[in-house]
Amino acid sequence: MHARISRRCGAFLLALTLVFGTPAMAPVLAQTPDAASPAASTGAPTPQLPVTITDATGAEITITDISRIVSVNGDITETLFALGLGQYVVADDISALYPPEAAALPKVGYARDLNAEGILSFNPTVVIGDDGAGPAEVLDQVRAAGVPVVIVSSDPNSIYGPVDEIRQIGEALGVPEAAETLATSIEAQLQEVETLAASAESQPRVAFLYIRGAGTQLLAGTNTSADLVITAAGAINAGADIGLDGYAPITPEALVTAAPDIILVMQDGLASVGGVDGLLQIPGIAQTPAGESGTVVAFEDLYLLGFGPRIGESVHDLTLALHPELEGEPINPQWQGTDVEIATPEASPAASPAA
Amino acid sequence: MVKSSTDTLLTTDPRSRVRTMCARLRAIWTLPLTISASTPYPLLVIALIVSLLLNLGMGAVSVAPDQVITILGTHLRAIVTDLPGWGVVVDLPGTGMARSLARAFAGTDLYAWITADATRQQDAVVWTIRLPRLLMGCIAGAGLAVSGAALQGIFRNPLADPGLIGVSSGAALGAVVATVLSIGIWGIWTLPIFAFVGAISVTATVYLIARHEGKTEVVTLLLAGVALNAVIGAGVGLLITYANDQQIRSITFWTMGSLGGTLWEQVGIVFVVTTIGLAIIGRFAMPLNLLVLGEREARHLGVRVERTRGLIMFTTAAMTGASVAFTGSIGFVGLVVPHLVRLWLGPDHRRLLPCSALLGATLMLLADLVSRTVVAPLELPIGVVTSFIGGPFFIWLLLKTRRQQGGWA
Repeated sequence: MHARISRRCGAFLLALTLVFGTPAMAPVLAQTPDAASPAASTGAPTPQLPVTITDATGAEITITDISRIVSVNGDITETLFALGLGQYVVADDISALYPPEAAALPKVGYARDLNAEGILSFNPTVVIGDDGAGPAEVLDQVRAAGVPVVIVSSDPNSIYGPVDEIRQIGEALGVPEAAETLATSIEAQLQEVETLAASAESQPRVAFLYIRGAGTQLLAGTNTSADLVITAAGAINAGADIGLDGYAPITPEALVTAAPDIILVMQDGLASVGGVDGLLQIPGIAQTPAGESGTVVAFEDLYLLGFGPRIGESVHDLTLALHPELEGEPINPQWQGTDVEIATPEASPAASPAA
Repeated sequence: MVKSSTDTLLTTDPRSRVRTMCARLRAIWTLPLTISASTPYPLLVIALIVSLLLNLGMGAVSVAPDQVITILGTHLRAIVTDLPGWGVVVDLPGTGMARSLARAFAGTDLYAWITADATRQQDAVVWTIRLPRLLMGCIAGAGLAVSGAALQGIFRNPLADPGLIGVSSGAALGAVVATVLSIGIWGIWTLPIFAFVGAISVTATVYLIARHEGKTEVVTLLLAGVALNAVIGAGVGLLITYANDQQIRSITFWTMGSLGGTLWEQVGIVFVVTTIGLAIIGRFAMPLNLLVLGEREARHLGVRVERTRGLIMFTTAAMTGASVAFTGSIGFVGLVVPHLVRLWLGPDHRRLLPCSALLGATLMLLADLVSRTVVAPLELPIGVVTSFIGGPFFIWLLLKTRRQQGGWA
């Protein structure tokens, strides 16, 4: 998922960094509070330091200071902000797009293609990332410079993965209570969604299409984050149902076989093919039940598949979007309302079955 | 002479005046190259040293020159004092003098330069990040350039480079296999080992395909290389179909090359392999010169053409395979550097090979400097820099040479 986000950003990355990167860095560094500044006044939890933990790599790490955090993963950055530690983050990676304060921070590159000197130039007291961070050699170089590197890891095939990750982050950074509170509330949300989804009468077949213009059109099968959220929302992942594993290029026949009632897409992906009209032009889509009725649900990329602290909210909103019969208010209507089109056949221009 | 050109400058129209000025500027600019054409080594060595120093001092983390010297000094001293027998040296009678000499220096500018304060972070940046990567750059650049020169020699073809005999595609196949199948048996060494084995085996296959009754034919070799590269490319594509997003990202970065993340152990391995390789290829300077005359002529002059060709192919594959395994593919250096040296110094392999090594190392360092500094704290892939700057420069050189000499030398 990060791959996709960063690919989109990639085009602008060079220009952005050239224009803003280096000059913008100095003021940002200057604003960052040092370890002595009172965190309590801003509502942030006071970290209990030093902490010694065993991280996901099995290494024993002692963290004595979290005043300058470099986060190399977008979900983790989001969690840090949710935990009230955002003020300590001095730099993050290009997958950090939410909240806007995180997106505005200077970037150290992309989580899988880090460079040690870039990270060290921010004088971090701790670097945190997930098990996708790398290359491994670069992380070793950062450790050699005396900066602790914390790697968190969670089950990628569980909707509760983010909860696990939040607890690990809280433990590593000396804020276990705050993390526990956040984790418990997300767990409660997810359980609520489970009940909500179970109460739904319909069990629609949903196809998640990952689209980036005409060149990249993929259908999600099993072992994808899309599969997790669709299943959690009480729907059938049509791609998985026809035996796809991972993301597979869309073929008209696969689409027709999958016979989705609803097509789920990312807002940016939908825009890249020119909206719903463009989507219905993709061969095969018009021949599916979803295409015939023009039922397309679009979510903002990170909100739906970010697997950060908003996972409970996004799955809740997705459940409501996929089951129109359910009553309830979306938690974040702005993500869900703008591009969602649950159109009736009459309203949709491309869907006027002759029969 | 001077007078007449001054007259020209004063009397003729502005346009030709500008032209004369340009010609003079060009003469000044190319003066070092012209002078050093007979003894090119001092210039090349100076350029290499300057690039080394620039690379050590510049980057996302700022380290002052005196700090660089202090950091290097501290580590070198630690290495030397760890050597067995060091205690004996210290206790030698003469060293009392060395100590009083050091005391005499204390407080002077020179002393300040070797005892500047450096943070642990700066120390790590210079010693564990910049130094290994720039040494890797030197070694890889030298290896690629010499391989290119030698292959262009044995194939008598200006297009030959390590990529043509399958080194790059083989290494890429190995790297993609390791990445897509998520093989991790040897930890961080898995991918380099796969890439190296891939490079060697594809080159060996090219050679074996072209070998017939104890002989290989140049055209068959080249075409076998082209064909096998296509097959390998398809194999890589097939594997990528099964890769997930993140693996595809990793593969993309690998194919663009990077010196970032170079560890000292890797430098050691590549240094040993490349030194042996350079030594072997260096012994073939004369046979390569004779091969320029043509295969049959070389054979009559006592060159064992078949053996030379096989050994050079194997050596270049091992040498570039080892560095590419760690750095990823870095294009254009192996192709362009030998041509630059030939244009400057002529085709004699006795000079072409060592000068290619020095120039290859220097250009690789400069490319790395660009990749590390233009978008700091981010980095550009070095393969992108070498091709992006190298390509247009080479085209310019091509056109210039055609204009001046009426064709490619």
